[in-house]
Amino acid sequence: MGETFDVAIIGAGVVGGAIARELSRYKITVALIEKEVDVSFGTSKANSGIIHAGFHSPPGSLKARLAVRGNRAFDLLAEELGFPFERRGELTVAFNDEEAEILRRLYYQGKQNKVQYMELIGKERAFQMEPNLNPDILQALYAPTAGIIGPYEYCFALVENAVENGVELILGEKVKEINPAKSARFYGEGFKIKTEKGLSINSRFIINAAGLYADEIASLVGLNDFRIFPRKGEEYLLDRRVGNLVHRVIFPVPTVKSKGMLVIPTVDGPVMVGPTADDVESKEDYGTTREGLKRVFEHAQKMIPGIRNKDVITSFAGLRPVATGNDFIIGTTKVKHFINAAGIQSPGLTASPAIAEMIRDILLHEGLKLEVKRDFNPIRKPIPRIRRLVEERDFRPVRELVRENPLYSRIVCRCENVTEAEVVDAIRRGHTTMDGIKFASRARTGRCQGGFCTARIIKILQRETGLPLEKITKKGPGSELVRGRLPKGVTV
Amino acid sequence: MKRFYDAVIIGAGPAGLAAALSLKRNGIEKILLVEREGYCGGVLTQCIHNGFGLHKFRKELTGPEYAERYIELVEKERIEILKKTIALDIIPLEEGLTLYLLSEEHGLPEVSARAVILAMGCRERNRGNLNIPGTRPEGIMTAGLAQKLVNIEGYMPGKEIVILGSGDIGLIMARRLTWEGARVKCVVELQPYPGGLMRNVVQCLNDFNIPLYLSHTVTRIMGNRRIEAVEISPTDETAGPKERGRFIESCDTLLLSVGLVPENELSLKAGVMLDPVTGGPVVDSNLMTSVPGIFACGNVLHVHDLVDYVSDEAERCGEKAALYIMGRLKKKREIPVRTGNMVRYVLPSRIDIAEPVHLSLRPIAPEENTHLLLKANGSVIYKKKYRKIMPGSMIRFEAKNIPEETESLEITFEGKTG
Repeated sequence: MGETFDVAIIGAGVVGGAIARELSRYKITVALIEKEVDVSFGTSKANSGIIHAGFHSPPGSLKARLAVRGNRAFDLLAEELGFPFERRGELTVAFNDEEAEILRRLYYQGKQNKVQYMELIGKERAFQMEPNLNPDILQALYAPTAGIIGPYEYCFALVENAVENGVELILGEKVKEINPAKSARFYGEGFKIKTEKGLSINSRFIINAAGLYADEIASLVGLNDFRIFPRKGEEYLLDRRVGNLVHRVIFPVPTVKSKGMLVIPTVDGPVMVGPTADDVESKEDYGTTREGLKRVFEHAQKMIPGIRNKDVITSFAGLRPVATGNDFIIGTTKVKHFINAAGIQSPGLTASPAIAEMIRDILLHEGLKLEVKRDFNPIRKPIPRIRRLVEERDFRPVRELVRENPLYSRIVCRCENVTEAEVVDAIRRGHTTMDGIKFASRARTGRCQGGFCTARIIKILQRETGLPLEKITKKGPGSELVRGRLPKGVTV
Repeated sequence: MKRFYDAVIIGAGPAGLAAALSLKRNGIEKILLVEREGYCGGVLTQCIHNGFGLHKFRKELTGPEYAERYIELVEKERIEILKKTIALDIIPLEEGLTLYLLSEEHGLPEVSARAVILAMGCRERNRGNLNIPGTRPEGIMTAGLAQKLVNIEGYMPGKEIVILGSGDIGLIMARRLTWEGARVKCVVELQPYPGGLMRNVVQCLNDFNIPLYLSHTVTRIMGNRRIEAVEISPTDETAGPKERGRFIESCDTLLLSVGLVPENELSLKAGVMLDPVTGGPVVDSNLMTSVPGIFACGNVLHVHDLVDYVSDEAERCGEKAALYIMGRLKKKREIPVRTGNMVRYVLPSRIDIAEPVHLSLRPIAPEENTHLLLKANGSVIYKKKYRKIMPGSMIRFEAKNIPEETESLEITFEGKTG
């Protein structure tokens, strides 16, 4: 790549994606570099999908300020980018006087953070809102501004829209070296970024949004002033059949380390429980544990007794990037034009739109000229889904979709009622791994976990991309689905 | 334009095919068979091993051969089949049933039926159902998916294989993959006895020196992109996995053969009541579900061990549905059949004692030299000796001559002295 980008963003999770989309409004050149083969494949893919109200973080912290600001941005973002978002509200429940005291503190903390419409409510009201709550609760803190979104859909939408507006997305390239540009001895006149595969990318500014690996990226320019510690969160997804046990996100009173283990309604319907919060040694420790499962369900059942672990259809673990100091690290560094957006743990998803604006302002302050593009297109159109229509027996719009696009008549994933039209759309939007297609279309997320549709998706993917089966992966090289053809090439 | 049928059958696997034929032979003309794939035969089409048809045809057939026999007959009878069509919904009305179908060729037609036979079969349980701790790499799949990849698509899922669960498909795949050059390192079974048929344990594992670890389970999955190894632990029926005796087995593939679940999403939409033990609909002597006019047979009703028995059941189901359509289905007095010692379930769970009824059941655990007893009001009215019973093998028998005054029936196994 011969040209010099104005800005190179390293890391295409929700933070990098939100920054890329924000910067795509201006007449600058932006590269978004991701080590995985698809976006949102790191910490973002294991996010709980909650847009927090913002009362959890201490007043004055970046976390608090950006979460409250970010929260307010989501109505417009969801409308423009067409990802699912619902302001369902959060209910934090206290079981005794001690916990009720913490609720009051959270309430005042929220006030200081400028969270709007919070209320401390009694047991009766809490029950009216959530009839499946444990009858032993004493009090609850209700925060109606909280919401739920599809976290990877949000990330996909951000990046798609950024690319539509001119951002160059570079996938599957892990940054290995960052050198001063033009063989200068100092950073400042720009950077020459080299990837493991040998790609060279020049840019004037670098935004470090590398999540778990942000400390390693910073150290490539000699910055060793913070470290990222992985903190694991295990989540368990319940069968859709369990139904709407909760309408709002249900929290216990928080602990020092985390907001506690929650009962989370998802925008797709099924209920999720988790996450745990355990510091782990390795940035690759994505294993769920027997002990974690037990803990999650003990906590969840305390709040919603009707939850049972036999209804789990799948589980996963994500790693939060926790920085030294526990707050977000956002800002300029000793290296000129190298800007951090690091340590973005919870409420990072909520804060992401505000983080993007903050980075934009920093760039402006650092002398990057930002002139608005007249032809910026803020709209990203989602593909219509038939699942809810079929569930609600609203067949007329389904007929219309089928008439327009016959691929809507082919159900690929019968658990979640995902059609071939939706799978093809996911592939054409650039998601060419099994996990990418899963996140983008929801095929394989239901109770059979791909038993039925995996073979079908493989066929569609082969047809759409021309890839041989040996090259089809779950999540990039090293995760190929099969290990070659039959020795004799038997066909039946 | 709404189309009218006497009977619509959902699924053209072995159950649906046999039910369609039976309807036709019992005088029903307007029959529609709905199949989501582009071909009939269901899972049989990927079962290229033999062992099918021993009871039904007195011959050892492969899965596709067995299916072909029924497909030919169905075609000869000119029974209408809609392939590549999925049934989205069934809505019971005062009079008959309305179905919503979805297919590329026909769009989303509304179809009316006097009776519906559910024959959707079952699916495999998967990792999510088991909550196996560890990472989520590629290389973990159900044995049935592996079977499809190997037998239909011609690909090797992996080269070093561990199989969790000793269900029949897992056993069959142990042999199949060994034949194709893979190394099947072991089969791990939670229970102290194998889950599949004994003949499959002998022919698929013992003949190839593949170790079967009974009372063991996989307690951890390792590897981030492709599976690299599994941790296998001995288990205790009450205490769960034990640390003593735990070992690591490297592998690039973990196949799961951990049971089948009747596939009743559509049945639930129609309001059909399910049995928590079988996972299939609750049915009466006529194999009719809790929704009048909706019948069920085959693996959607309860998981069978042999396809021959699926066909038998489906034929009976077609016969009863035909009587229902003609308004000649008798129903006198129904009484419940209770499950006693060692019986996991019995189907149907309530029967009309006026006529002979075919009962199917499965034992909870293996037992040798035991007697199956049918008790009416506490006294034995039928007794049969079994040299060996296994949870993997279904037991069938015909209950008849039940005294008219019977209030309660019980199916039970008695011990060695019984």
